[in-house]
Amino acid sequence: MDYVIILIAAVFVNNIVLSQFLGICPFLGVSNKVSTSVGMSGAVLFVMTIATTVTYLLHEYVLVPAGLNYLRTITFILVIAALVQMVEIILKKVSPPLYQALGVFLPLITTNCAVLGVAILALGLDNGSLIKAVFFAISNSLGFSLALIVFASIREQLELANIPEGMKGVPINLLVAGLLSLAFLGFTALV
Amino acid sequence: MAETLNQKQNFLKGIIKENPIFVMLLGMCPTLGVTSSAFNGLGMGVATAFVLLMSNIVVSLVKNLIPAKVRIPAFIIIIASFVTIVEMILEAFVPFLYEQLGIFIPLIVVNCIILGRAEAYASKNNVLSSIIDALGMGLGFTLALTALGSVREILGSGSLFGLSFVPDDANTFILFILPPGAFIALAYLTVIFNKLTTKTA
Repeated sequence: MDYVIILIAAVFVNNIVLSQFLGICPFLGVSNKVSTSVGMSGAVLFVMTIATTVTYLLHEYVLVPAGLNYLRTITFILVIAALVQMVEIILKKVSPPLYQALGVFLPLITTNCAVLGVAILALGLDNGSLIKAVFFAISNSLGFSLALIVFASIREQLELANIPEGMKGVPINLLVAGLLSLAFLGFTALV
Repeated sequence: MAETLNQKQNFLKGIIKENPIFVMLLGMCPTLGVTSSAFNGLGMGVATAFVLLMSNIVVSLVKNLIPAKVRIPAFIIIIASFVTIVEMILEAFVPFLYEQLGIFIPLIVVNCIILGRAEAYASKNNVLSSIIDALGMGLGFTLALTALGSVREILGSGSLFGLSFVPDDANTFILFILPPGAFIALAYLTVIFNKLTTKTA
């Protein structure tokens, strides 16, 4: 039951992009086509899950026992940066098609605050365990994907719309994001 | 060295022409996430500006010692160290703000403005120019966050910096302190900013 609540909360109620404002840069940056947003979602799912697993273990078995909790931010960001690099190298070698699909998005993920954000938030779960943290990461990346893909679909339609001069570009995108966020607000009472 | 820019223009570009938020759209996560009140916006702005200033100074000092290939990780370590310092200072002296900003304090590390300035400016310029660049950019960021926070607080809670100016039972646009209000308020602020700057330019 715990897990169902985590999933629903992460995807709908506390959507990572639309209500927690993490990962806004890729959300606004790579959402002009549905196909690229699918690629980005895949890369985030991949990296977020691995990063949370590693950082959780590191926190639990290295930082806490050694009393180095204050080094959390530095260690996590280094682990994520190194991990992204490593994933890139491994993918290139092991699965060229997947690398082709995710390739350009991987370097961008280092500065995606959703990855670091989820890694830190996963430490604060009630009765946390490794499995729960990993599940939390997967749920959040699904929430990210949902928001990103829906937003990209709307933006593709916007290309055809007649938008007032001053609203073109950034403002209209922000406004659409606002309306989407408003729609997600409707899920508040769900859990 | 940016050839034609004198130091005054260097300072002002961060506030108007290259405003990190309204023009370059960097660091959007904290911008939207913490600006539910003017005070939070100001606090986040100052914290980020401090990290930006310190990292610009250090990066411009050590730029010749760092091999080009490992410069990004090196910059990240420098930035992360200052973020940790800010985190500790806030927790010790302004616990209220520390609670309010929450997860967004460690996330200053991944704020693209800071790494962006380190890479694009401080790693190529001398210390003085980097300090001025950081002050301009930091001020531009802080002003934008405070403006957004003020608008949201006035509309959403009927107050500014915690000082209420409507009756207690007044109906305010609660929407504006909720997440959707952040996007909508920023959308219109960007329109106004663009309008003002294109007229004066």
